[in-house]
Amino acid sequence: MNLPALFFYLFAGICVAAAFMVISARNPVHSVLFLILAFVNAAGLFVMMGAEFLAMILVVVYVGAVAVLFLYVVMMLDVDFTELRQGFMNYLPVGALVGIVFFVELFLVVTAWAIGPGVPKSITAPIPPAEVYSNTEALGLVLYTRYVYFFEIAGIVLLVAMIGAIVLTLRHKPNVKRQSIADQVARTRATAFELKQVRPGQGI
Amino acid sequence: MVIGLGHYLAVAAILFTLGILGIFLNRKNVIIIMMSVELILLAVNINLVAFSTHLGDLVGQVFALLVLTVAAAEAAIGLAILVAYFRNRGSIAVEDINLMKG
Repeated sequence: MNLPALFFYLFAGICVAAAFMVISARNPVHSVLFLILAFVNAAGLFVMMGAEFLAMILVVVYVGAVAVLFLYVVMMLDVDFTELRQGFMNYLPVGALVGIVFFVELFLVVTAWAIGPGVPKSITAPIPPAEVYSNTEALGLVLYTRYVYFFEIAGIVLLVAMIGAIVLTLRHKPNVKRQSIADQVARTRATAFELKQVRPGQGI
Repeated sequence: MVIGLGHYLAVAAILFTLGILGIFLNRKNVIIIMMSVELILLAVNINLVAFSTHLGDLVGQVFALLVLTVAAAEAAIGLAILVAYFRNRGSIAVEDINLMKG
């Protein structure tokens, strides 16, 4: 067995096993950690396919941001997860049925496909040879020119997600004093102080 | 033994099926359901990248980048909704999410 095949089966096997543990682990924290393992091995598969940039993005974005976000939420929520696992066995028959049907369908598709004769002619952005441009350079040359709108849509999606997440989770507590710049600027001389006429010997 | 496109497609198919199965098996736990959705999107990405490198077309990788972005946004929004829901109801069980009786 040659080296690429060995590494392919290593990455693919660990990825599938980790994905299985994600859905079957008792503790959700373990699920998140197995999800990280699955993503790292999928990044290894990406490197083997020759998509280094996406592999690094997968590690940085998924492992570094999304999975850690999951981990934070799992650890912050005070939920009895064993109670949520009840009914696991009840759902197993229908879940296994749907899973098997799905897998058989996908297997039939995967084993019996053919690339049509018109496909090689319709390639719009051919991958340049690796000696000329690396994967990251080639992707950047396409992404920032022809697919710049794709890129901007991705940016808008992320912006909306960020604003939405902040709006959903931000809480204003009623008893906290905050600085209100508008009120401060709107202060006039009339509202700021008043003159009292103090008579001698009486005080206010 | 040459590792071809079919091998990657098989891995993606298994991951996709595991994601579907995860949604069915953990019907009460929203967090595991969201992780299963992430697995499904990962399988889609493996498919896109496999076809992209096999056919020599970079557009597949550009689209995989967009899928990755949408998956990250979905995770952020979903978890934010989950946290807001947990603050209101004190539970994340899916059966309790019937406030609107829709």
